[in-house]
Amino acid sequence: MKTRNQTWLSLFSYVVLLFLYLPLIVLVVYSFNRSRINAVWTGWTFDWYISLFQNRQVVEAFFNSLTIAFGTAVFATIFGTLGAYAFYRYKYRQKAVLSGLIYLPIVLPDILMGLSLLLLFSFFSVPLGKLTILIAHITFSIPFVFLLVSTRLQEMNVDLEEAAQDLGATPWQTFRYITLPILGPSIISSFLLTFSLSLDDFIISFFVAGPGATTLPIYIYGMVKRGVTPEVNALAALLMMITLITVALAERIRKIGDRKQKM
Amino acid sequence: MNQRGKWLAAPAFIWLLCFFLAPLFFIVFYSFFERGVYGEIVYRFTLSNYIRMADSIYVKILLDTLAISVITTVVTLLIAYPLAYYISGLPKRKQRIWLLLIMVPFWINFLIRSFAWIIILRSKGIVNSLLLEWGWIEKPLALLYNDGAVLLGMVYALLPFMVLPLYVSLEKLDRRKLEAAYDLGATPWKAFLYVTLPLMKHGIMNGSMLVFVSSLGMFVVPDILGGAKSVLLGNLIQNQFLSARDWPFGSSVSIILMVFSFILIVLYQKAVAAGQHWEGERQ
Amino acid sequence: MKELIQLNQVEKQFGRQQVIHPMVLSVFEGEFLTLLGPSGCGKTTLLRMIAGFEQPSKGDIFLLGENITHLPPYKRDMNMVFQHYALFPHMTVEENILFGLKMKGVNQSEQKRRLEEVLELTQLSEWRKRRPAQLSGGQQQRVAIARAVVNQPKVLLLDEPLGALDYQLRKSLQIELKNLQKQLGITFVYVTHDQEEAMTMSDRIVILNKGKIEQIGTPQEIYYRPRNIFVANFIGENNILEKNGKHYSIRPEKIKVYKAGEPINEKAKTGRITDVIFSGNHVKLYISLEREAQRLLVYDYTFDATLWKQGEIVNVAWNESDEVELR
Repeated sequence: MKTRNQTWLSLFSYVVLLFLYLPLIVLVVYSFNRSRINAVWTGWTFDWYISLFQNRQVVEAFFNSLTIAFGTAVFATIFGTLGAYAFYRYKYRQKAVLSGLIYLPIVLPDILMGLSLLLLFSFFSVPLGKLTILIAHITFSIPFVFLLVSTRLQEMNVDLEEAAQDLGATPWQTFRYITLPILGPSIISSFLLTFSLSLDDFIISFFVAGPGATTLPIYIYGMVKRGVTPEVNALAALLMMITLITVALAERIRKIGDRKQKM
Repeated sequence: MNQRGKWLAAPAFIWLLCFFLAPLFFIVFYSFFERGVYGEIVYRFTLSNYIRMADSIYVKILLDTLAISVITTVVTLLIAYPLAYYISGLPKRKQRIWLLLIMVPFWINFLIRSFAWIIILRSKGIVNSLLLEWGWIEKPLALLYNDGAVLLGMVYALLPFMVLPLYVSLEKLDRRKLEAAYDLGATPWKAFLYVTLPLMKHGIMNGSMLVFVSSLGMFVVPDILGGAKSVLLGNLIQNQFLSARDWPFGSSVSIILMVFSFILIVLYQKAVAAGQHWEGERQ
Repeated sequence: MKELIQLNQVEKQFGRQQVIHPMVLSVFEGEFLTLLGPSGCGKTTLLRMIAGFEQPSKGDIFLLGENITHLPPYKRDMNMVFQHYALFPHMTVEENILFGLKMKGVNQSEQKRRLEEVLELTQLSEWRKRRPAQLSGGQQQRVAIARAVVNQPKVLLLDEPLGALDYQLRKSLQIELKNLQKQLGITFVYVTHDQEEAMTMSDRIVILNKGKIEQIGTPQEIYYRPRNIFVANFIGENNILEKNGKHYSIRPEKIKVYKAGEPINEKAKTGRITDVIFSGNHVKLYISLEREAQRLLVYDYTFDATLWKQGEIVNVAWNESDEVELR
C-alpha cells in the first residue's frame, strides 16, 4: 500500500545517512591530501600524520588523553558496576530520587558540569591539571556505566541468582560464578565506551584543565581557532578513528555477550 | 537476606554527590557574589548579576538561544521522524545496522564533527572550490560564520539524539492499531494524524527534550561555525569563565540555563506520567 | 511417619496486606505434598519461605527439629525447581547440574558419580554438553530437576514446574515426576494451581485460599469429603444444597437422572433440562428444579447425548448418604 512512499522514504533515509557521514569521510580523506590549501586534491601523503608524531606538544597531549582515559575507564567502570548491581539487587528508600541523581548528568548540558567543577576546584584551591580532568571525567562516565550495566541486569533472569543460592552458593559465590560472567561483556563494553568518551571529551575538560594539562581535544580546539591546517585535519581524523574503533569493539563485545545470554 | 551489600552503591553515589550535585550548588552561591577590581571574588551577597542580566544585550542573547534551540529541535524532528519510520519498517537485522550507523557519530565529539563542516564550507573549502571550478559562481560563498552554519552544525550534532527515542517509540507502536484505523476508513494521512502521532507522543517529547536542552547549552558549535558574530548563551558563559573571568556573572547566566533545563525535564516527566495515566500504559 | 518440615504459626505480611495468616503445617518424610489454590492464595509465598527466599513476619520453620527460620537459602538442605527453570545460560547442562556439588565442595570422583547417575535418571546423557538455549522446554525442565536432585536434598521444592509446557507434555511429565519421587524417596513439596495435576500426583493436598488453609487431605478425602463450600467448589464440579440452614454438597456423578414417565423406586425431584453438554465420556446436564430455586449439574454416563433434550422434563434422585455436610 505504501510502495511509492516507501521509495521516497528510503531515498530520504539514505540521503540523511550520507549527510551524517559525509563530513566524517571528508575529514579522513582530506587528511591524506598533499595540498596545504586543503580543498583541491593534489595527491596522497602521510606527511601530516608523520609531522604530528614529531610534534612534542601533540605527543604530550595524546599521552595525557590516554592516561586520563584509562584512569577514567577503570574507576568509572568499577564504581558504576558496583552501583548498578547494588541498586538492582537491594531495596533502597527513595529509589526514584537516587535514580534521578544517577541519570541527571546525562541530560544536563556538559557546560554546566564543566563550570561547576571549575568553581568547586578553585574554591578549595585545588590546582587545575590532570587530576581535576580525571575527576571530572569519572563524574560524567559513571552514569553511562550505570545505564549499560543496569540494562543488562534487568534483562537477566531474576531467578538465576536465587537458583544459585538455592544450590548452595553464598552471595559472593553467586556474584562470582553467575552474575559476573553474565555481566562480563557489559562491563568490558562499559570500559571501552568510557575510555572513548573520556578521550573525546572537550567541553568539560576545557573548563577544568588549566594551563598545565592539555588533552588532545583541547589541543585541537586551540589549533582550529588559529586556522585550518592539514595537521589539525590529520589529528582530528586520528582521534575520530580511535574513537570509532573503540566504540565498534565495545559494541561487538556487547553483542557477543547478548548471544551467550539468549535463552 | 542481609542488606550489607547496599553499601556497594555508596562509592558511585557519594562520588556523584560530591562532584556533580554539590558543584551545581556552587553555581548558585557564586551567582550572588561579585567580581572584584582585580578579578578576585568578593564574597558579599548581591543581586547585581541578576540585575545586569536584564540588560537588553543579554536578553537578546537568551532569546536568540531559545529561538535557535526551538528551530534546531523542530528541524531535527522533521528529519529524524521519517528516518525513524523507515528504520522501524525494515527487517530486524537491517534495523540494528541502521541504528548502529546512526549512533556512531554520536560518540565523536562535537568539536571534530563541526571542524569537518569547516573543511567543507569554508571559503577555500570543498563546496566553494567545486562550485568555482565548475564556474557556477565567481566569488566564494560565505557559507560559514553565520546563523545558517550554526543551525546546520547543531542539527548535525544532535540528530542522533532525536532518532533513537523516536525509533523506540515507533517500535512499541502496535501496527494493529493502524490497521484498525484503515479498516474503519481512515486515509493514510488521517491515520497518521489521529493514531500514529498521539501514540508517538512519548518518543517525540523525549527526543525533543534531549535536543532542546542540549542546544541551549551548546557553545562549541556556535563558537567554531558561527565565529565572533555568534553569541549564544553557551558562548556567553564560556566567555565569562574563560576570558572575562567574571565568574559570578557567568554563574548567574548559568543559573538561567539550569533553570530552563530543569523546567523542561520536569515538564517532560509530568507529561510522561500524565500520558501513562490516561493510556493505562504499563511500561 | 517422621515429621520433616514443620511450620509453626507462620504468617507473612507485605506492607499492610496479610498474605499468609497464622498457619500450622507439617510435611512428612517421603511424601508428595501439593500446595494447591487459586492465584494469589499464597502458595508460592509459602514455598519461598520454606526455601528461604522470603522471611516469615512471625512464626518459625523447622527442618528435622532444627529451627531454620533465619537461615539463608544456601544453608538449607533443600533444593528448588523454579517455574521458569532458571538454568544458567552461560553453562552447559553438565556444568549446571554440577554447580550445587561444586559449591558444597563435594570431591571430584563423587561429583562424577552422581552426575552420571542423574544424567541416566533424567535421560539427559545425550545433551550433556549443550547449552540451555539449545534445548526444548521439556529437556530444560529435566535439567532443572537433575540440577536439584543431584544434591540429594532432604526436600525438593517445586514451583509450578510444568506450567510452561503444553498439555500432552505436561501429562507425561506428571507421571515421570511421580515415578521419580517414588524412586528417589525424596520428599516433594509441589506448588500448582492445576487441581487435576494435584489430584494425579499427590499423596496429600493442602488447599489454600487467601492465605489460609481450607483443607488438608489425600486426593480421595478432598474429593469425596470436602470440608467447606470453597473446597467443594474448587475441586471438580459440585452441587451445593441448602437444608435447614446448613450446606451440603453432592457430586454430579452421584445424581441419577430419569426420563419423565420412567419408573423410579426412590424419592425423586422433578426438574427441567436447561443445557446439555457433551463431554466425551459423559454428558453434562444442567437441570432446573421445579419446586426449589436450585440448579443441579448431573453427569450422565449413558453413551448417548441425543437421549437428552433441552427443555425436557426429567426426574432426579440421589442417596442421602452421598451428601456431604459442609461448614
